[in-house]
Amino acid sequence: MKKEILLGNEAIVQGALEAGVDFVSGYPGCPSAEIGQGFLDIAKKQGIYAEWSTNEKVALEAAIGASFSGLKSLVNMKSFGLNVCSDSLFPLAYTGTKAPMVIVVADDPSCWSSAQSEQDSRGYAYLSRIPVIEPSDPQEAYEFTKLAFEISEKFNTPVILRITTRMAHQRAPVSLIKNPPLPRLRRAMGEFVKNPHQFCTMPPRVLEMKKELLEKIEKIEQYAEKSQLNKIDKSKKPAKAGIIASGVAYLHAKEAIAELNLDLPILKLGLFYPLPEKKIKEFIKPLKKVLIAEETDPYIEKEIKILAKDANLKIEIFGKGLLPEIGELNYGKIAKALAKILGIKYKEPKIAVADLPRRHPQICPSCPYWLAFSAIKKSAPEGTVFAGDIGCNMLAGVLPHNIQDFLFSMGASIGIGHGVKKSTNQKVIAIMGDGTFFHAGIPALINAVYNKSNLLVFILDNRITAMTGHQQNPGMGKTGDGEDAPMLKIEDIALACGVKNIKVLDPANFGELENTIKDFLNKEEVSLIISRKICALLVKRQQKNGNI
Amino acid sequence: METFNIIIVGVGGQGLITLNNIIAQAAFISGYDVKTSELHGLSQRVGSVETHLRLGKKVYSPLVVKGKADLVLGLEITESLRAISFSNPKTNFLINNNYISFMENISHKEIEEKIKLSVKKNLYLISASEICKEKLQKEVVSSIYLLGYAVYKKLIPLEEESVLKAIEKVIPEKYLELNIKAFKLAKV
Repeated sequence: MKKEILLGNEAIVQGALEAGVDFVSGYPGCPSAEIGQGFLDIAKKQGIYAEWSTNEKVALEAAIGASFSGLKSLVNMKSFGLNVCSDSLFPLAYTGTKAPMVIVVADDPSCWSSAQSEQDSRGYAYLSRIPVIEPSDPQEAYEFTKLAFEISEKFNTPVILRITTRMAHQRAPVSLIKNPPLPRLRRAMGEFVKNPHQFCTMPPRVLEMKKELLEKIEKIEQYAEKSQLNKIDKSKKPAKAGIIASGVAYLHAKEAIAELNLDLPILKLGLFYPLPEKKIKEFIKPLKKVLIAEETDPYIEKEIKILAKDANLKIEIFGKGLLPEIGELNYGKIAKALAKILGIKYKEPKIAVADLPRRHPQICPSCPYWLAFSAIKKSAPEGTVFAGDIGCNMLAGVLPHNIQDFLFSMGASIGIGHGVKKSTNQKVIAIMGDGTFFHAGIPALINAVYNKSNLLVFILDNRITAMTGHQQNPGMGKTGDGEDAPMLKIEDIALACGVKNIKVLDPANFGELENTIKDFLNKEEVSLIISRKICALLVKRQQKNGNI
Repeated sequence: METFNIIIVGVGGQGLITLNNIIAQAAFISGYDVKTSELHGLSQRVGSVETHLRLGKKVYSPLVVKGKADLVLGLEITESLRAISFSNPKTNFLINNNYISFMENISHKEIEEKIKLSVKKNLYLISASEICKEKLQKEVVSSIYLLGYAVYKKLIPLEEESVLKAIEKVIPEKYLELNIKAFKLAKV
């Protein structure tokens, strides 16, 4: 056994390699980006296939193809990625996998690096009927990843490994098995053996598949009762109160118990779906009170309220109300809740507050977006609606730029912008980055052209997916692992989508950029400007590495 | 030993995560259990950044709770003042007196006065950036100088030897000598 300090995301990569993963696909997001990158950095050496896909739906579909062809796959994405790929996720639960597949989904309680929403992706377990596993620290990330592959193999189901920011970006010593997997000489190739009975969801077969899925979940429920994913930390003496916790909340609960010097049992649920109902019932049976600690939505709490009707009618169940439903937990919050439940004193530390304005994230000092934002701001007439999008470009919304009237999801600047354009007489500028354009901008652009909109699409092309830490995208002429690839030009795609007015400009050419914006805002058709200049951080990095 | 809680604060791009990794590695080499928590992505873009680091006999939670820090390591003075919410009257503040201005109109002097007033005797306000610029012609290693200061002044429960080993493990070879120099520069 060897022990080393690993980031949660690194531990997942390690676990998957030991499980024998063959095929990795994903889309970079925070806090999951180091997983895909971790595989890409070693893919060639290790003899596995890894890619950054164009978006999460394609990433999942690529992995489905691998699974159907007999290869072990892993898909990685942030929370919202699951929304993007859900259209293919649900049928995948019905068909099941052939070779095992693990889908890593990283939620971001407290929205440290997420716009859109504070999504608790565990809810997808109910919608899709796909098992969901929640590790709490890097050690578990390493072990649970391997277990996730085992469960997937045993039941022919994809398994979702749900992590959160404080798991993904938690660093701790991890005990690893002594011999890491040896690099393969050649990457594994499978064979697609035709089996439409399993792979086609055409009705009426689809309802049969649903029946099979429900039966499968029942079997996994039985497995859950005995699985090492769920464990009980017993109290030394029989206790009247206990805690049920999952994910990082378990760590905070352990810390809170230690801090308050209490002797309470904890049921840790590593398998969120399906839950081990018997195990839970046995745990709550002797208790008078139980605290449920989970991030962020009260899914487990609701389940336990139902189970308590059979197991222990008198038990008092505490969760949301005492613990927040917004934002991540910490051991202080849990200690306070425990003290309240147990009627003991808890001295909250006195907290000093520095009365300081927030230091907002900013685009970097030499970022080419400064010029582009400035040109947009100067050339747009009053009343122009600025449609925001995801990526570094969403910093258009902060001072001193303040050019963002709404912010939704990947690609939505064009989609919503079109709706505004059709509903008003105002000018609309959709501001979007190159990575986002490839991810979700193209169907929206087609829709705007097809339905005869005339918004201005402003693409900030900095030649990389920057915000998440510089990942390759289809515009760069390089694949995720640095191999040469066809370079897809946004102007060519726009032309093929029927955009009549297209101009590619270096934002340093400020006067022409301003004039073009003014000119294009008066067009009768959709217009598109590409402000093309490489990310300043990337230039610095390339210089440092001697690539320039 | 009870768990020792460290908050490292600064501005995105200052090398907080590297510093965090060195301390975690040093704690591990010293035989402590250790957990850290850091943030990547949006929060990194020249915004406020904090990492949490806890070391001790057995550490469960990776987060330091407000009011419970034993040491605040500040790579920038405004962010160090912001971290006061993590402090209690016993908390030591070891700060690089380095000011990175932002959109708001607050002067370096104002921040300096505020922090002196709030932290009082537990404040170690060091001109690490200037010292490193002068002696090593590199400001970028000021965080390592600060770590050296913490070790030699015993503001952190780690020995010189294990921290040097950790630096060797974390820092790429071509920058190693510079970093070790910066660390040892704090030994007076």
